[in-house]
Amino acid sequence: MAMPHTFVVLVENKPGVLNRVASLFRRRNYNIHSLNVGTTQDPRVSRMTLVVNTTPEKAPLIEANLYKLVNVIDVQDVTDRPAVRRELALIKVRARQGMRTEIINLASVFRANIVDATPETMTIEVTGTPEKIDSLIEMLGAADVVEVVRTGVLAMTRGTIEGARHLPGAGGR
Amino acid sequence: MPPQMTGAQMLWESLIREGVDVVFGYPGGSIMPVYDALLDYPQVRHVLTRHEQGAAHAADAYARTLRDQGKVGVAMATSGPGATNLTTGIANAFMDSSPVVFITGQVSAEYLGTDAFQEIDVTGISLPITKHNFLVTRAEDIPRVVREAFHIARTGRPGPVLIDLCKNAQNDTAPFVWPTEVRLPGYRPPQRADEDALAEATRLLAEAQRPVILAGQGVLMSGAMPELRALAEKADIPVAMTLLGLGALPLEHHLALGMMGMHGEYFVNMAIQHADLLIALGMRFDDRVTGKLEAYAPQARKIHVEVDPAEIGKNVPVDVALLGDLKTVLRQWLPRVAEARRPAWREQIAAWRADTQEHDVVHKTRRNGKGPLRGPEVIQRLWETTAGQDVIIATGVGQHQMWAAQYYRFPQPYRLVTSGGLGTMGFGLPAGVGAAVAHPDKEVWVIEGDGGFQMTQAEMATAVQEGLNIKIVVLNNNYLGMVRQWQELFYDRRYSAVLLHNPDFVKLADAHGIPARRVTERREVDAAFAFARQHQGPVLLEFRVPPEDNVFPMVTTSDPLHEMIRRPEEEPHVERSDWAGAAP
Ligand SMILES: Cc1ncc(C[n+]2csc(CCOP(=O)(O)OP(=O)(O)O)c2C)c(N)n1
Ligand SMILES: [Mg+2]
Repeated sequence: MAMPHTFVVLVENKPGVLNRVASLFRRRNYNIHSLNVGTTQDPRVSRMTLVVNTTPEKAPLIEANLYKLVNVIDVQDVTDRPAVRRELALIKVRARQGMRTEIINLASVFRANIVDATPETMTIEVTGTPEKIDSLIEMLGAADVVEVVRTGVLAMTRGTIEGARHLPGAGGR
Repeated sequence: MPPQMTGAQMLWESLIREGVDVVFGYPGGSIMPVYDALLDYPQVRHVLTRHEQGAAHAADAYARTLRDQGKVGVAMATSGPGATNLTTGIANAFMDSSPVVFITGQVSAEYLGTDAFQEIDVTGISLPITKHNFLVTRAEDIPRVVREAFHIARTGRPGPVLIDLCKNAQNDTAPFVWPTEVRLPGYRPPQRADEDALAEATRLLAEAQRPVILAGQGVLMSGAMPELRALAEKADIPVAMTLLGLGALPLEHHLALGMMGMHGEYFVNMAIQHADLLIALGMRFDDRVTGKLEAYAPQARKIHVEVDPAEIGKNVPVDVALLGDLKTVLRQWLPRVAEARRPAWREQIAAWRADTQEHDVVHKTRRNGKGPLRGPEVIQRLWETTAGQDVIIATGVGQHQMWAAQYYRFPQPYRLVTSGGLGTMGFGLPAGVGAAVAHPDKEVWVIEGDGGFQMTQAEMATAVQEGLNIKIVVLNNNYLGMVRQWQELFYDRRYSAVLLHNPDFVKLADAHGIPARRVTERREVDAAFAFARQHQGPVLLEFRVPPEDNVFPMVTTSDPLHEMIRRPEEEPHVERSDWAGAAP
């Protein structure tokens, strides 16, 4: 059964590396659900969080193929690991007078912030698991939602042992 | 103080430090500084091919036939069309895991992305067909990049690496610093197998009654022939080989079965299908060796010894994976493997083998000496003529290739050079060029089809210019034979775009100053071979073979491996009404 798998990928911070990863996914016909790239504490290393829809049989092959990229330093499939998963979304809703209080109340239930408002609209910033964001959007009602942008998931395993990804020279694999 | 050099000089200095003494290539605008500097490095031999694809195939063959010496092939070309002409050859090296470094000129860094004259995104094009590639925009990066490129190309699962070298980087001057170590934090190919996996593999082997080893090109790449042989002998395990694995164990060895798969012999595939344990060594369960996957070796447990983790479970689920360098892993494993004798299993295989022998075409034609001269017989005669003389065979792709694999009994590794994964028609002659440059002391025989030969025949000029000892055999059936065979078998004999009206191959050779002969009769064969061997340097022999002969046995990819189309009783069609219209 295909389901979302989350991979944390450490790559060398060099031009073209994102293209190599994206090209691999296209070439092997893997279906990227979300992809997030950012910096880490080490300026030589970037960190990707990839969510891919795949089967448990195929997931190790994705991991192995990522490892084959010379610029990929480390890969971890955190799908079944205890991990913190967070996504950030900006949601713009139509908000005329009379609806505003309801929207503000809903946002506070989800610990979301109103980050912008115009006479016509309000923009909500929310952080949480993808499921939480899904349900906020649902509660806001499709009719009132003007625009949504989501970062895709960021993931970090819990604790010091599992969460400390091995960097070059730190024991290898 | 490190010496100041231009980037072009640094390139040659670096290549020489990596042991390069031969480069195959073709110059042009964006790589002129490199070619200019070449004149100051007379210790490097540059072989000018007639097409960049030829340079790529030659470098590929050079690397494959010198793998035991750790050599890496090098091919270079200019930007734009030079680079795009290389791509078929890069893809070929990629599919067959051949260690080749490709160097392409590129426009100056300031023009990158501007669609300048002959600017093409070569790193983009080559991304999915290289193990890794580099775009170099600064002279001072050249030594490090060359060092890394060679390291990546030759280690782990070998493969092609491309360096795209901007013209400004070739011209600029910088201090030359040769890196003392390779620093690639993300590149850690597995070396030694896991202890638990080894224990599990040992247990599976101890339980097996009918094991078969599947030897692939990984055996050759890792130089694990002695360990393969030791494993087979110690535990009495027959060895089937893939097309690229031929030579891993000499065919005359009592445990050597021969080639498996689509055109493998009946008894080899029968052994695989009836095995209770398959030990796959450096092979990747390609669709050409498994037949219908769901019916592949249904009773067999599988041990997969591989250096590339991405091959594990890709096509066939395996019970145990031993990840690491094949030679190292087999050395780890051998002491734990128990001695065994399996007379019943060997007898069973011997019975299948006898049955195969009975059906063999060459066996039959030669027994009664009648019927037309056929492709397989030409190859078998070549084998008998050259047996014991350590010759190299390079082939094209098609029926002639399969006959070469079936009837030349390869006694040694690195002596068959053929395009496996990509199946590139026209590989034969340029591969022969590369092999002949690599082995000036050996005779190189190119076996090509009339179709494929015409794709890269221009390399005859290279062979002449370089004085290479290449003997070209063209098996002329006036057809794109392998495609015709499929049309005969699977498309109701509707022959579409497969008939070839060929040039006169003897005259073509003559135009190059290459001695040549045409052979139509069985009785002329030996004299033709003698003629070819008398002349030092290139010689061409054209053999007229029946237009409608087929390669058997054959398994289609939709059938289980043991459901083979066996060799038919009757002779192939010899006459075709329009055959007379072809060259004499
Ligand atoms: C570059 C390329 N184009 C097309 C094919 C498809 N193909 C495979 S075998 C074959 C026929 C080869 O004909 P020939 O070289 O005469 O060899 P024969 O099969 O007749 O021995 C063709 C067209 C290929 N493998 N490679
Ligand atoms: Mg032909």
